[in-house]
Amino acid sequence: MSTAIALVTVVAVSAGAIFFLAGTIGLIRFPDAPCRLHALTKADNLGLGLIVLGLLPQVGTLAEALKLVCIWLLVLFSGAIVTQLIAATSRHK
Amino acid sequence: MTSALAFDLALAALVLAIATLTIAAREAMSAVISFIAYGLLLSLAWVRLRAPDVALTEAAIGAGVTGLLLLGAAATIGDRQAGAAPPLALMLAAGLACTLVASGLAATTLVLLPEPAPTLAPPAMASLATTGLGNPVTAVLFVYRALDTLLEKVVLVLALLGVWSLAPDRVWGGVARLGPDAPPRAMLVFLAQLLPPVGMLIAIYMFWTGADHPGGAFQGGAILAAMWLIVLTARLADMPATSHPGLRLLVLAGPMLFAAIGFAGWALADAFLAYPEGYAKPLIILAEAGLTLSIAATLACLVAGPATRTPPP
Repeated sequence: MSTAIALVTVVAVSAGAIFFLAGTIGLIRFPDAPCRLHALTKADNLGLGLIVLGLLPQVGTLAEALKLVCIWLLVLFSGAIVTQLIAATSRHK
Repeated sequence: MTSALAFDLALAALVLAIATLTIAAREAMSAVISFIAYGLLLSLAWVRLRAPDVALTEAAIGAGVTGLLLLGAAATIGDRQAGAAPPLALMLAAGLACTLVASGLAATTLVLLPEPAPTLAPPAMASLATTGLGNPVTAVLFVYRALDTLLEKVVLVLALLGVWSLAPDRVWGGVARLGPDAPPRAMLVFLAQLLPPVGMLIAIYMFWTGADHPGGAFQGGAILAAMWLIVLTARLADMPATSHPGLRLLVLAGPMLFAAIGFAGWALADAFLAYPEGYAKPLIILAEAGLTLSIAATLACLVAGPATRTPPP
């Protein structure tokens, strides 16, 4: 059982790390601000989401698990809005 | 090589790389953004050194509030920074002086200190039970070295006085300008409506948990300041004039409360800033509550800067 849980963690966190890597490559290589933002949001939303998902089986208590999920939701929320603000600013330039 | 060591080496290399980037940046804005990233990486380094209190402060103050202050400064000087580069001799002299200071510090810590390094940690931990606190960092800040902490807060107020004094005479006591003159974007208003309740809860938690776990007045106050700044930037509330009695009281309340507790120590426990037996923890939490509010108000006012408009009648 513990091996299966460890496997879930390894797979989910690795998948999350791949999204971060892809997002970073996109940030460096994409031509303009909206494209780069598009790449970044994948790292924020899916990458962090998968890492949180992978860490969930490893925490001891429900409170800790909720804290992890709250961190993800906060990043999702602020990331989505800041992305909109940056995109709007870059379009008006 | 263990994975922990590999991570630490990579982190150290990254911190050095970002530090170089910060110094080498040609534009003020890029330098500031690198500096914020540098602060966040440095807070990770503090986590690796098992100093979560310092890590939280570095992230909140070193990267967050200082970053905001520098962003504001870079935006203000943005157009007139294209001056001539300083003479080569001056740059070389400055670089040499920095190298000397850095290698001096490195020599002092790495070579001159005996092994193991002198530490007061065991006696500090031994007396922790008498304070009623669970977090040794808070015990150092509010029991063993309370005078330092009190004076630190006074310095913060003095810094704000310095910033406010930059206002020209005709707008003295007026209102500081925060953000651009254009009306705020709808998205920013949305953020300012939704985030502050969550942020205030986290700030209160941060201050409350500081007695027993990493956290405290400074970290909580910085988050509270950030929430207030978001609301002010979105124009959901008006920036109070620097002459507003309530604002001035808020800035002074924490240090004054802490000083009052200190003077009460003379009467009740024989020494300035000594706490009566058994009342140490409640008094410290009271002082921290006041300080959290004052730190939040002071930091937000520091970011907002000196008054630029006359106060509304």
